[in-house]
Amino acid sequence: MSHEHRLRIKTLLMVLLMVVCANAGDLMLKRGMLQIGAVQISGPGIWHALLSTIHNGTIWLGIFFLIGFTLCYMTAVSWADYSYVMPAGAFGYALQTVLAITILHEAVNAQRWIGVILIVTGVLLVGQTHPNTTEPSAAVTP
Amino acid sequence: MIKVGAMLVFFICCSTGGEIAMTYGMKQVGEPEGFRPMALLRFIGKAMRNGWVWFAAPLLGASFYSLLILFSWAPLSVVIPASAFNYVVGTFGAKYLLKEKISVKRWLGVVMVCVGVTLVLLTGGS
Repeated sequence: MSHEHRLRIKTLLMVLLMVVCANAGDLMLKRGMLQIGAVQISGPGIWHALLSTIHNGTIWLGIFFLIGFTLCYMTAVSWADYSYVMPAGAFGYALQTVLAITILHEAVNAQRWIGVILIVTGVLLVGQTHPNTTEPSAAVTP
Repeated sequence: MIKVGAMLVFFICCSTGGEIAMTYGMKQVGEPEGFRPMALLRFIGKAMRNGWVWFAAPLLGASFYSLLILFSWAPLSVVIPASAFNYVVGTFGAKYLLKEKISVKRWLGVVMVCVGVTLVLLTGGS
C-alpha cells in the first residue's frame, strides 16, 4: 500500500470518528442549553449560566464527546492539511439526513437533498486533493 | 439582531483562530507513533507541551461558550448556516497562515460544502 493511500485511509477513519463525536456532542449541548434556558448578558446572568452548565449532566456528556472530537481532530491535523480535514468533517450533515430518512422515516425536501448532494460532492472533491500539501518542517518552523 | 451578529463574528474569529493555532501546533508535534495506549499517551503528552496548543485552547474555549450563548439566543437555523461560513474563513487562514496549497478543486469543494451545510440546516436538518 502506497504512503498516500495509507494517509488517505487513516485520515478518512479519523474524520469518521470526528463526525460521530461532533454530532453526538452538539446534540447533547443543544439539549443541555434547552434545559438551562436563554442566557442573560449581565454579570449575574453569565455567572448563573456558567454555574448551570457546570451542574448539568447533559452538558458534561456533550463536553465528553467534544473532547473525543478534539483529540481526533488534533490527531488528523498532525498529518493532514487543516483545509482537508475541516470540510471533510461536514460529511456528518449528510449522514444526519440519511439517518433521518432510514431511522426516523422523516420526509426530506428538495432543498435538503440539494444541500446533501453539494456536501457529498464537495467532500469528494476535497478528498481527491493531496491530504498534505505542506512540508512538515517548512510549514512550522517558528 | 446586532447582538447575534456580533456574537457570530466573535465565534467565527475564535473558532477559526483556535483551529489554525491548534493545527500549527500539531504540525510541530508530529503524528502519533502508533495507536497503542502508550503511544497515544506520549502523543497527548507532547501536544500538551506545545505552546501553540495552549494558545489555541482559550480561543476554542471562547468559541465553545459563544456557541452555547448563540444556541440560547437564536434558533439553529440561524446559528449553524452563519457559522458554516467558518469553512471559507478557515480555508483562507490555511492558505495564508499555514501556507497550505489550496488547489481550485479544493476551493470548489470547500464552497460547495459551505453552501450545502447552509441548505441542509436551513431545512432544520440538525
